[in-house]
Amino acid sequence: MNFNELFNESVEEYDSLISGTTPVILVGSATCGKSAGAKEISAAFKAELEEQNVMAEVIDVGCIGLCYLEPIVTVIKEGMPAIFYGDVTSKQAKQLVNDYIIGNNPMIESALGTFGDKKVEGIPNLFDIPVMKPQIRRILRNCGFIDPDNIKHYIARNGYKGLKNTLDINPGEVIEKIKKSGLRGRGGAGFPTWMKWQFCVDSKEEENYLICNADEGDPGAFMNRSLLESDPHSVLEGIVIAAYAIGAKEGYIYCRAEYPLALERLKHAISEMKNLGFLGENILGSGFNLDIKIKEGAGAFVCGEETALIASIEGKRGMPRTRPPFPTTSGLWGKPTVINNVETMASVSLIMQAGSDAFVEHGTRDSKGTKTFSLVGNVKNTGLIEVPLGTTLKQVINEIGGGIVKDGIFKAVQIGGPSGGCIPESYLDTKIDYDSLTMAGAIMGSGGLVVMDQNSCMVDVARYFLEFIQNESCGKCVPCRLGTKQMLDILTDITIGKGKSGDIELLLELAGGVKDGSLCGLGQTSPNPILTTIKYFKNEYDAHITDKRCPALLCKELINYHVIDEKCKGCMLCFRSCPVGAISGSKKGVHSVNTDKCIKCGTCIELCSGMYNAIERVHKY
Amino acid sequence: MSKSLNEILSTFNGNKSELIPILQDIQSNIGYLPEDAIIKVSKFTRVPESEIYGVATFYTQFRFLPVGKKHIMVCKGTACHVKGAPQIIEGIERHLDIKEGDVTFDLEYSLESVGCLGCCALAPCAMINEEVESNLTLKDVKKIFSRMKK
Repeated sequence: MNFNELFNESVEEYDSLISGTTPVILVGSATCGKSAGAKEISAAFKAELEEQNVMAEVIDVGCIGLCYLEPIVTVIKEGMPAIFYGDVTSKQAKQLVNDYIIGNNPMIESALGTFGDKKVEGIPNLFDIPVMKPQIRRILRNCGFIDPDNIKHYIARNGYKGLKNTLDINPGEVIEKIKKSGLRGRGGAGFPTWMKWQFCVDSKEEENYLICNADEGDPGAFMNRSLLESDPHSVLEGIVIAAYAIGAKEGYIYCRAEYPLALERLKHAISEMKNLGFLGENILGSGFNLDIKIKEGAGAFVCGEETALIASIEGKRGMPRTRPPFPTTSGLWGKPTVINNVETMASVSLIMQAGSDAFVEHGTRDSKGTKTFSLVGNVKNTGLIEVPLGTTLKQVINEIGGGIVKDGIFKAVQIGGPSGGCIPESYLDTKIDYDSLTMAGAIMGSGGLVVMDQNSCMVDVARYFLEFIQNESCGKCVPCRLGTKQMLDILTDITIGKGKSGDIELLLELAGGVKDGSLCGLGQTSPNPILTTIKYFKNEYDAHITDKRCPALLCKELINYHVIDEKCKGCMLCFRSCPVGAISGSKKGVHSVNTDKCIKCGTCIELCSGMYNAIERVHKY
Repeated sequence: MSKSLNEILSTFNGNKSELIPILQDIQSNIGYLPEDAIIKVSKFTRVPESEIYGVATFYTQFRFLPVGKKHIMVCKGTACHVKGAPQIIEGIERHLDIKEGDVTFDLEYSLESVGCLGCCALAPCAMINEEVESNLTLKDVKKIFSRMKK
């Protein structure tokens, strides 16, 4: 079967599913959906459909990105637009079958939005609700709309057209098209993708390799996981295109072992590709051959670094080496190697499907296209988002994120993971593009945005990242191995009330040394969390060092727990649940905390908050 | 049914580059990397034992001791940290009376923290065997353990 026939067949199949007479129920079943109970919801639908003896297809799809509303269910019925429901319970699933699938009541009060040409009175269009409106969904276009385990769904939505277009022209023209799109690497550093490819081609070696880096190690980032779980073919198509452009016959995907579902989906997708001739010998009759192998990471953050990743694939300790030579000259097995991030690959398939012109419609002069981010932390609407580059941080946090939880106060947004920085409120007008973020002291990174409120201590955040980096430092070069340890020790001292005057200056000096002297990006960027927190939140450092106070009341050694007499109703709940017996008091009598015994575990505050709010953290000194 | 060591090795060619996949396969079938397995892998791949230990200790995934029947991995990612993961870890430590990295005496539970599970939007979270538990509170910790006992 040629590609056009396959495309027509796929469209027919997908259309008859979506617009057929049998109702379809899509259950968001990526990792976040699953942890929120998608499996139970799926089972509840199936059970009720059987009970009522009604026909409907229940399909597990990926993640639409509204993680805070998981489990999310989409119901498609003939003559109606697709309707999305959030926070679905098993009870609601049952109700939906009876009221909407059997009956004609779309349960407006539980609906999030509709998708499609038709309208339902009382339900907004999904892309008009505040969290979706500022978003432009290109990379995530299929997420939540297709069955990730069915290649035909992907093909029906123009999938593999990019590959078809690619194979019709020569490799040089492909690189030219990517150059025209202005695509920059989505892994963090923002290196022009076409240039990397060109370097590899220029090395003129017979044998070369393509690696897709899916070792998404940044704590607080999950864009790649979501994309691989929801639309694996968009990434795989990009890999085949890139391999064609550089002339590689072997490709690798280096994916974290912590992402079992993503790995499963990738394995399945690759077998589907082989069956349909998108992989293997003579791809789509073009004479081009490619094999893709999956390599599971083994839990080392540093393996996100190109040369460490290569060492890991070769079966060695994942330790970086000096560059140059860059992998495009000497990489895997000493051969020229291109390493591209997951989202870069998905962007490549998008560009080859829709053209460079469509890609540059969004973005800024030097940062083209859209970018996905994981918006997490203390914002109301956490999830996976996609916005045009050049959108401001404020728009993302306030409009898409819906502001701070529990009407708290914004303190900082951490962008770029352990290599990035914390940006304060005064910089919220910063545009999200490669260059503006670097100016502000952070980096684009792979796309983690962690929002912090007044309860986050910025010294603790810096300490947290240093602890992470120190754990993950491979130990090869001295500045990183010892420098991060010393910086961590100083930061720990500050958070436990042992800070001394001169600590900040010493931190800055060490940071300079580690930045200049480290071998790879992990060490070179490791001081960024310290540098930005000192730059923007020096008052918090001073309070810890001079007054022995933690302004956020978070650092345990600097606070006590205290019962507010007027608010305590003497309910005995905290008394009974305190693991160390540090609370005394009688029924209906005001309680008190024995600060010598108290381990500040938070159990009592968690119990009392939302009831009487009678327990608070106070400064020790 | 889990595979035996010989069965595992028979699916590989013995190239050096297969070292990590071999170790991963052994661990997923046996639960950890026993000493005699390392000796056999060394003979099979012709990589010295010292080098295999060098590789295996480098990656946090590999363990040299068995884990509990229920292996708990608490996420320590940024979002989880901001939302109180340290308290959750301490809560589980108190509940099981073991420290991070340990196994309970009856080999029922083991506790470990990991860099990031990628479930940041529903922080704080933990993975118990293959299932992810999200939006954890100290109260949930107690509930989860009493549910598992049943």
